[in-house]
Amino acid sequence: MKYMLMFTSDGDGMDSGPPEAVQAMYAKVGEWWSTHSASGALLDGHQLQPASTATTVDPRTGVVTDGPFLESKESIGGYGIVEAPDLDTVIAMARTWPASAHVEIRPIVEQPGM
Amino acid sequence: MTDAEVAVSRVFREEAGRLIGSLVGRVGDFDLAEELVQDAIVEALEHWPVTGVPANPGGWLLLTARRKALDRVRRSARLAEKLRLIAASEAPLEESDDRLRLIFTCCHPALAREAQVALTLRAVAGLTTAEIAHAFLAQESAVAQRIVRAKRKIVSAGVAYRVPAPAELAERLDEVLAVLYLMFNEGYLASSGPAPTRPRLAEDAEWLCGLLVNQMPREPEPLGLLALTRLNRARARARLDAQGGLVLLQDQDRSLWDGAMIAEAGALIERAALMRRPGPYQLEAAIAAVHAESPSWAATDWCEIAGLYGLLLRHRDTAVVRLNLAIALSHVEGPERSLGLLDELSDALDGYHLFHATRGDLLHRLGRQEEARSAHRRALELTANPAERSLLVRKLVF
Repeated sequence: MKYMLMFTSDGDGMDSGPPEAVQAMYAKVGEWWSTHSASGALLDGHQLQPASTATTVDPRTGVVTDGPFLESKESIGGYGIVEAPDLDTVIAMARTWPASAHVEIRPIVEQPGM
Repeated sequence: MTDAEVAVSRVFREEAGRLIGSLVGRVGDFDLAEELVQDAIVEALEHWPVTGVPANPGGWLLLTARRKALDRVRRSARLAEKLRLIAASEAPLEESDDRLRLIFTCCHPALAREAQVALTLRAVAGLTTAEIAHAFLAQESAVAQRIVRAKRKIVSAGVAYRVPAPAELAERLDEVLAVLYLMFNEGYLASSGPAPTRPRLAEDAEWLCGLLVNQMPREPEPLGLLALTRLNRARARARLDAQGGLVLLQDQDRSLWDGAMIAEAGALIERAALMRRPGPYQLEAAIAAVHAESPSWAATDWCEIAGLYGLLLRHRDTAVVRLNLAIALSHVEGPERSLGLLDELSDALDGYHLFHATRGDLLHRLGRQEEARSAHRRALELTANPAERSLLVRKLVF
């Protein structure tokens, strides 16, 4: 099965805090990323620019607004696409994620053409 | 309901968990397993009134479910592989491991607690949605929706159908124990239906608990729950009178209690205590053991029981535990103060018949008969168990 892992971040995301701490965390994230890429579980993923760079469009009205579609303290700071046999495997992966407050796991609808 | 419908609903309750567990074990698809079992039930409802209930109704239902699977193979290419697995299988019902796996799946932490409990009772124990709603003091429609959502999540989120690995096992035990505990209570004192108790369900819960004890010999809480179920069952013969009416603990003939079973339970409690990790089930078992080992109602050590409920409150601070503590204290300090403690619980427990029954008893002991009668009437409105109803009616009459 394929899953999307959504990594949340507070405020300015991973880049807040003293530079050494930020650097150390990036190192841990890099390690996590290469471990799970090498195992074949992590198929794809990216860190996102902070929520302050988000633009939201309402296709029904065409209205364009500044900011993410949900205003909250936490926002999505990055994502990963994972292939795993079951949810327990993904939960175990998410528990070792070194950076953010929460990791939301969502199964992906696997249909051709979507 | 006709006799055949009564027979089918009884068989369904008894066999549904085994059947669904067995089918989910083969195809890993809850909805499909439930649909096939439902199809078989519908067919049973059509045939049994004419042919009579077969000698082995569970086997008949499994055979029919397999035939229904074969019918569907012809209609659906997508499900063909799963359905073939069911249709081709010749194996008899081997429900033990299937049911344990089913329980752990139903109790997966990705499901909300209420959904875990409801789904396990539905899928493994075969309770109806109405019975689950009664056990939880919840709305039937809310319970039904909870179950549907939980099943959908299990399938679409890829919740594995298996007993968890050793590293996860302890973490997932709490949910499983809570479910077995509720299952046992439902069997020990049925919430609805013609029979006041459902010994088979209580035995199933105890048997599953024994299975857990075997698989997790170093965990004290399954031992505690097993001891608790055994202590309650040791008193089973004294709980109902010849007419099937409920006999209160204080009026029970203690010579009918099963002394060997009580001793076994005591040994289980001691084995658990040696692990030095007390927990709510061990404490509840200890409370039941104080009652079981007391030679008479008058000799009951209520101080010990109140103390144990006080400890239990640290693990499980619920309105029902507070209610039981108030009952114990009423025997130590008299009913007046306990009645005050009950007032604080009235919001939380207004829908719970034993709250009103307890209130009625305390008021009766205080000589406030009119109020006692109205509390007992309220309790009567809230329970469907025939033995409890007749006991409450007797209190209202005399």
